[in-house]
Amino acid sequence: MPTFAPLFKKRAEMPQKIILMRRYFLSFICLLSLSVFAFSQEHQENPTGEGQQEVEHGCGEQAEHEFDPGATAFHHIADQNIYSIGPWNFPLPCFLYAPGHGWSVFSSGKFHADAHGNGHVAVDGYVLVEGMVNRIEDASFPMGEVEVGHHPYFQKVKNAEGVEKDIAHICYNSHLYTTRERSTADGGLFGGGVTNFYDFSLTKNVTSMIIIFALLSWMFLSVAKAYKQRDGMAPKGLQGFIEPIFLFIQDEVAKPFLGHKWEQYLPFLMALFFFILGLNLFGQIPFLGGSNVTGNLAVTMVLAIITFLVVNLSGNKHYWEHIFWMPGVPAWVKIILTPVEILGVFIKPMTLMLRLFANITAGHMVMVIFVGLIFVFSESGINAGAGYGTAVGSTLLTLFMMSIELLVAFIQAFVFTILTASYIGAATEEAHH
Amino acid sequence: MIFLIDFTPIKPDFGLIFWTTVIFLIFWLMIGKFAFRPIASALKKRESDIQGSLDEAKRVRQEMANLKAENEALLVQAREERAQILKEAKDAGNKLVEEAKIKAKDEAQKIVASAKEQIENQKMAAITDLKNQVGAFSISIAEKVIRRELSGNKEQEAFVNDLVKEIKLN
Repeated sequence: MPTFAPLFKKRAEMPQKIILMRRYFLSFICLLSLSVFAFSQEHQENPTGEGQQEVEHGCGEQAEHEFDPGATAFHHIADQNIYSIGPWNFPLPCFLYAPGHGWSVFSSGKFHADAHGNGHVAVDGYVLVEGMVNRIEDASFPMGEVEVGHHPYFQKVKNAEGVEKDIAHICYNSHLYTTRERSTADGGLFGGGVTNFYDFSLTKNVTSMIIIFALLSWMFLSVAKAYKQRDGMAPKGLQGFIEPIFLFIQDEVAKPFLGHKWEQYLPFLMALFFFILGLNLFGQIPFLGGSNVTGNLAVTMVLAIITFLVVNLSGNKHYWEHIFWMPGVPAWVKIILTPVEILGVFIKPMTLMLRLFANITAGHMVMVIFVGLIFVFSESGINAGAGYGTAVGSTLLTLFMMSIELLVAFIQAFVFTILTASYIGAATEEAHH
Repeated sequence: MIFLIDFTPIKPDFGLIFWTTVIFLIFWLMIGKFAFRPIASALKKRESDIQGSLDEAKRVRQEMANLKAENEALLVQAREERAQILKEAKDAGNKLVEEAKIKAKDEAQKIVASAKEQIENQKMAAITDLKNQVGAFSISIAEKVIRRELSGNKEQEAFVNDLVKEIKLN
């Protein structure tokens, strides 16, 4: 012990803060490198696995495809019916509805998914393709649990607009079955549309939302309790952590934009801010699946629609007058102004929806692509040296991006909230001329 | 929009729309009611408490300052009063002394006057007494003289009479 004493003493002399910071930084780098390692393992199986499939099943031609960082990024930011963390796939409950067949409720564990999220069991005509449930189009496919091939086959199929798209096919009894993705609400605008089934499952995004909902509920209910119990005392612990953020939104967002009506809309603004912030941050925690919840158009669309409803349902006479018949301008200007104003009513929530979606999705994609660079330079495991070299650079770049994304998470939640507040403020403003 | 064909996050699926709506609405309404509103009102109450305390402190400080000013004014007043009283006392004393002096003088004068008077009286009495006694003596002397010489001497008698006439009181 005496020999170590000077060493400990020296360490003890260092400011506690620096030691802590160093410890955090080192553990963060370790974690990050681990994630890159796990990711690389996952993808090294890629060429061999697909090669075997071709031999096992005779049907269908599987094109030997190289590592495609774009496709990988799209795959990683997509919503999935399994929650995969590293090599583990956690099954999630599936609530699927197909017209003509009815509801199918089961756990996605029944698909027996592999590391890529491809299931080798079909359930009631549903198969798991890259983590997402697809439904086999052919009604003659047997219901119940059916063993199918380990991997779906992607074939380029031209759709009605003449655009080629990779469609997953399933090989069963030497027959190739076409699958279709779940129905989406974009009306074919983004390549989706209504298909042969609807997916109401608790997907990865829904699960993340429930986790964040539970976490935020616990946080705020305990903080509210603390305010009740510690009445007249200084804030402490979680309360002291939440209070400045709460006061920031209250004093910098709600009060300046809403005037004396701020109390009425405060819960909505707070809910928006903390819900978005929680989900933004949750998606950035390494090793928790990196759910891209606020980077999914469905989520931002719902938030934007609710904002749209809140804004327009609280709009007063003054607000509608300014939209339909702007006072104080000549009649011919009014004719131009009115359509513009009416468009504005819909464009405002649309920009909210797209801004949040684009920012968060871009952040997630950049992260995946930086990691993907390793596989581009290592030619998917063939050139190990370049892979290791790029790994160092990518890790640093990812680290840098992560810190920026941390900022973006706050900024986007704040921007969404402050714009909502300004729209509500404009809709409820009293006439003053 | 064809370039986004495999970009699933931009394709809003019905399940996610449904669950987001449900979860967000529950979060908004439940946490809004049981956490955001109570927190906001607690913060508001605390803010007004703090403001109240500050105002109170300010008021008390003002009061203290007022009190101090009042005290000082009182002190000044007291000092003035004391000076006044002192001056008055001095004046009164002076006056008293003055009066006493005057009185003493008067008294003295009076005493002197009365003494003088008494002296005069005494003098007069003495003179009278003396006169009487001298008269008596003179008479007795005269009597003796007369007894001895008067019987035969008319001139002597006349002389005595002249003498008597000459004796004048005072």
